[in-house]
Amino acid sequence: MSSTALAFQQLTKSYGASDAVRGVSLEIPAGQFVALVGASGSGKSTLLKTVNRLVEPTEGRVTFEGEDVADLPLAALRRRIGYVFQSIGLFPHMTVAENIAIGPRLAGEKLGEGRTAELLELVELDRAMAGRMPDALSGGQRQRVGVARALAAEPHLLLMDEPFGALDPVTRDALGERVRGLHEEFGLTTVMVTHDMAEALLLADRVLVMDAGCIVADEKPEALVAGAGGEVAQALVAVPRHQAERLKELGQ
Amino acid sequence: MNGLWTALMGLGDQLAAHVLLSAAAIALGIAVALPMAVWASRSDKVARASLAFASLVQTIPSLALLALFFPILLSLRSVFGEGLPTLGFLPALLALSLYALLPILRNAVTAQANLDPGVLEAAEGVGMSFRQRLLLVEAPLAAPYIMAGIRTAAVWTIGAATLATTIGQKSLGDPIFAGLQTQNWVLVLAGCIASAGLALVADTLLGLIERGFRERRRWSWLGGLAAVALGVGAALFAQFGGGEDEDRVVIGAKGFSEQYILARLIGQRLEGQGFAVEYRDGLGSAVAHSAAASGEVDIYVDYTGTIWANQMKREDNLPRDEMYEAIEEWENENTGLVMLGRLGFENAYGLAVTQERANMTGLQSIEDLASVAPQLTIGGDPEFFERPEWIAVRDAYGLRFGEKRNFSPTFMYNALKSGEAQVIGAYTSDGRIEADNLAILADPKGAFPNYDAVILLSPETGRNEAVVEALQPLVGAIDVAAMREANYSVDREENKLSFDEAARRLAERAGL
Repeated sequence: MSSTALAFQQLTKSYGASDAVRGVSLEIPAGQFVALVGASGSGKSTLLKTVNRLVEPTEGRVTFEGEDVADLPLAALRRRIGYVFQSIGLFPHMTVAENIAIGPRLAGEKLGEGRTAELLELVELDRAMAGRMPDALSGGQRQRVGVARALAAEPHLLLMDEPFGALDPVTRDALGERVRGLHEEFGLTTVMVTHDMAEALLLADRVLVMDAGCIVADEKPEALVAGAGGEVAQALVAVPRHQAERLKELGQ
Repeated sequence: MNGLWTALMGLGDQLAAHVLLSAAAIALGIAVALPMAVWASRSDKVARASLAFASLVQTIPSLALLALFFPILLSLRSVFGEGLPTLGFLPALLALSLYALLPILRNAVTAQANLDPGVLEAAEGVGMSFRQRLLLVEAPLAAPYIMAGIRTAAVWTIGAATLATTIGQKSLGDPIFAGLQTQNWVLVLAGCIASAGLALVADTLLGLIERGFRERRRWSWLGGLAAVALGVGAALFAQFGGGEDEDRVVIGAKGFSEQYILARLIGQRLEGQGFAVEYRDGLGSAVAHSAAASGEVDIYVDYTGTIWANQMKREDNLPRDEMYEAIEEWENENTGLVMLGRLGFENAYGLAVTQERANMTGLQSIEDLASVAPQLTIGGDPEFFERPEWIAVRDAYGLRFGEKRNFSPTFMYNALKSGEAQVIGAYTSDGRIEADNLAILADPKGAFPNYDAVILLSPETGRNEAVVEALQPLVGAIDVAAMREANYSVDREENKLSFDEAARRLAERAGL
């Protein structure tokens, strides 16, 4: 029953003479958790942003649940897609509750107190946080609010651009697990951009490796660990593998 | 101290006018600066161009900026019609709001540029439209910075608004300029204290609003806003609450003591006949004439020689009566101003030296001066050396002074006493000529024209029989001795009279 949630067709984005994304074609079935991995400048963030049109492609198109995103009204499109990113971007002049409710508010709806509390609990925050200002929260708590904000409008698709990049390792691990749990719970389709291969391997169903604007590997995590995907992918996998081996040696 | 208190208490009207002018200028500045800042945040070019323009405006001295609006508005009359005011509130408002532009614009642009890009990306990412992003995110985050800019603008504007006096707008500059004119320091101090006090109050209230925005405390910015609104409202009521302001007769005065006294003399007479009057003090010579021609000032006193040389651009010289008739005819044809008649004295320009110097060096006429002029410094009021009469006298006698210096009229006499100038362009009706023991040098070539003081009425007032009748007794009533005494009574160092009091005594002495 896996219908296609997201499809890229011959997608290219050029900045002047240089291409950030070169002719990417790709289908993502509904319910999949996809990690988009690559070095800085490989085009992974650019590709992600063409989905909610923070970046307009130079050529090609993106379809979301069968509709070309270019044909959808911008605001409506963005309200249908949850978006979490590295700099978190909570509005500093709004309370936690107001931040979470911003999407529905823009659509002219109110988010009830109960729903706010529910969303806070989903990201493992105390409901008493609702009245706090963002500057009274820790970095991890802020990104949890960021995730709650992304889920408030009950999206089918969750886009995450380096969502845990600025967090400490412990928080990062816990929040990663929680997001994976939410992905299952709500049957989301999730696309996560990351430069951390270990994170990608542990959280995703499918790992896409990008290099110089092209997708150079498209594998399941198990296959990548088993050595598939080619040179660039294996170079990225080698890092956590090497770290794991070193840790094992230290323990002996 | 008592005098200062009395002077301060008498400033209610000026304070209200000052508040309204400043508030209107700041409001207009905000209304222009904020949309410009929004536009600038979307375009680097606009940001650079608008900031450059606002900075350029700042480099123009505020006094000059105010004065420049007179010719600008005058030329705009060809577009907007003759009803466009060229003096008073409108030019003051425009100049001051132009001045208020920079701090508001700069803070708004800086605030926009420093907004967290992550927050702006989030605004887009959650699907905000341009308008929503502006209203829900950018405006509230930039508000404290913009408010800080408005605060700066308010303090500048309230200070600079004192200069509006020079273009005929009532303000707290009135006592300052009148006081400077007559060395009445109590009056100057009162004006300064009032305007500084007003600036402090405005700064405090706007600071309250700024803090309210910054710390997101609603009661704080609402309270500040309410207090500002209350102050402006009170000023509005004070200015317009009385009503009947259309019928007021506006009396103009140029910026020296004699003019202030004569304006009050005319005003008191009209008030005695039941008219409501208003004074526009401290006008420049050319400004006063144009203001009367345009009807912004209804009545003022001018001098035949001044009109002859400055307005009519005549370089020749006619006998007294012929000149009077020629001027009357010229005004009738060109401006519609009505000459009511001569007051009875002359306030000519004359070159004056100390009696002591005259005796020592045998100086008696301007002819004697020509040979020694290169060793001397001549002082004149700020207009003097630009006036055609001076140029005529200079060329007629071949005068070449070692140095020329400008002084405000009051300081000019002091300069002669202290030796900073040896010759000054004095006024013959000035009380200080006798008091300071000065000699006016003879003008055997008749290069200085005649300067009979005349009452001029705007075209409309000239047709108002009640006003004409009320002022008719002033014609021929003031001789030069009476005028000198009145001038001296406000100019002397000790025991100064107010202009009103001097005018009352002058009326008594003239038997009016």
